[in-house]
Amino acid sequence: MSRIIVVTSGKGGVGKTTTSAAFAMGLAMKGYKTAVIDFDVGLRNLDLIMGCERRVVYDFVNVINGEATLNQALIRDKRRDNLSILPASQTRDKESLTQEGVERVLNELSETFEYIVCDSPAGIERGATLAMYFADDAVVVTNPEVSSVRDSDRMLGILASKSRRAEQGLEPIKEYLLLTRYSPERVRLGEMLSVADVQDILSLHLLGVIPESKSVLSASNSGTPVTLDEKSDAGQAYRDVVRRYLGERVPHRFVEEEKKGLFSRLFGG
Amino acid sequence: MGLLDYFRSRTPNTSSASVAKERLQILVAHERSERNKPDYLPRLQRDLLEVVRRYVHVDDNAITVTMEEDGNHEVLELNIVLPEEAAAAPKPKPRQRSHPRR
Repeated sequence: MSRIIVVTSGKGGVGKTTTSAAFAMGLAMKGYKTAVIDFDVGLRNLDLIMGCERRVVYDFVNVINGEATLNQALIRDKRRDNLSILPASQTRDKESLTQEGVERVLNELSETFEYIVCDSPAGIERGATLAMYFADDAVVVTNPEVSSVRDSDRMLGILASKSRRAEQGLEPIKEYLLLTRYSPERVRLGEMLSVADVQDILSLHLLGVIPESKSVLSASNSGTPVTLDEKSDAGQAYRDVVRRYLGERVPHRFVEEEKKGLFSRLFGG
Repeated sequence: MGLLDYFRSRTPNTSSASVAKERLQILVAHERSERNKPDYLPRLQRDLLEVVRRYVHVDDNAITVTMEEDGNHEVLELNIVLPEEAAAAPKPKPRQRSHPRR
């Protein structure tokens, strides 16, 4: 039995694709057979973040339309052979995704894969609602910033009413908060909402905090999911997130500022 | 960070983050209460207004329909403000005070 996870946020640019890539890679590194699907039809980017953009031949819409088999479209990751990527179509429009088609592909994927990560597009249109429709778990990616928090709350409303689990009266989707681009220093200065503030407002189970980090951009520059960068704070934070998702008890890191010496406290550093 | 930041950080109550939190709490609470309302409320309001207008002319914004949760049951509240010279219907409101208070 496989588990379907949607990575969603409503707002764009908060780190959904980065998270999908890092999370899927993290699951694969833990030994699970994992597939990650790009639902952003027309604005494909997961392939670029995963570093397999030159290997795309067929895509999600080709499979839905029967123009290619699932195995032809899946791209096996070169670093982890238990991780596969299903790219979005770059040329079709969003309406090419149909509920029946998506369901068929997810069913076929769940025969092989233990975890299926759905990278949702921004917004609340077809691609986004279909990415979450069949989900068992939802990772709500949020920045500590007013419009992102508001949009996340809106997504929670949609998750609770317009998903398969909601419509069929099944156990509701498990919702997790992932706070990204977090800066403990700016929180201390009162310039940024704190983890506690965002949790107060959204009342969600906190899956993790990803610090604002240079390593995220350099990971996307090179097409390497940041989880593989074990030296970076963001990479470690994503590894923690995956362990927590899998049920391990892992204390939260990167929420407090690193301790600095007196010299740098006084003179900046 | 430098010495100045240290003193700046001593005033957390007026920080922009606390303003953000307060604004969000109000907004999110409001949007959540809207979310749980059935989507037929605007149509119900329009139809009710039509019926009322057969008897007395009332303004478009003289009618409000609200849905509130009260413990384990929901209350549908209907509020119609009748015009003062509504001869056709009894009019308990609005009352007029002979000695308006300052």
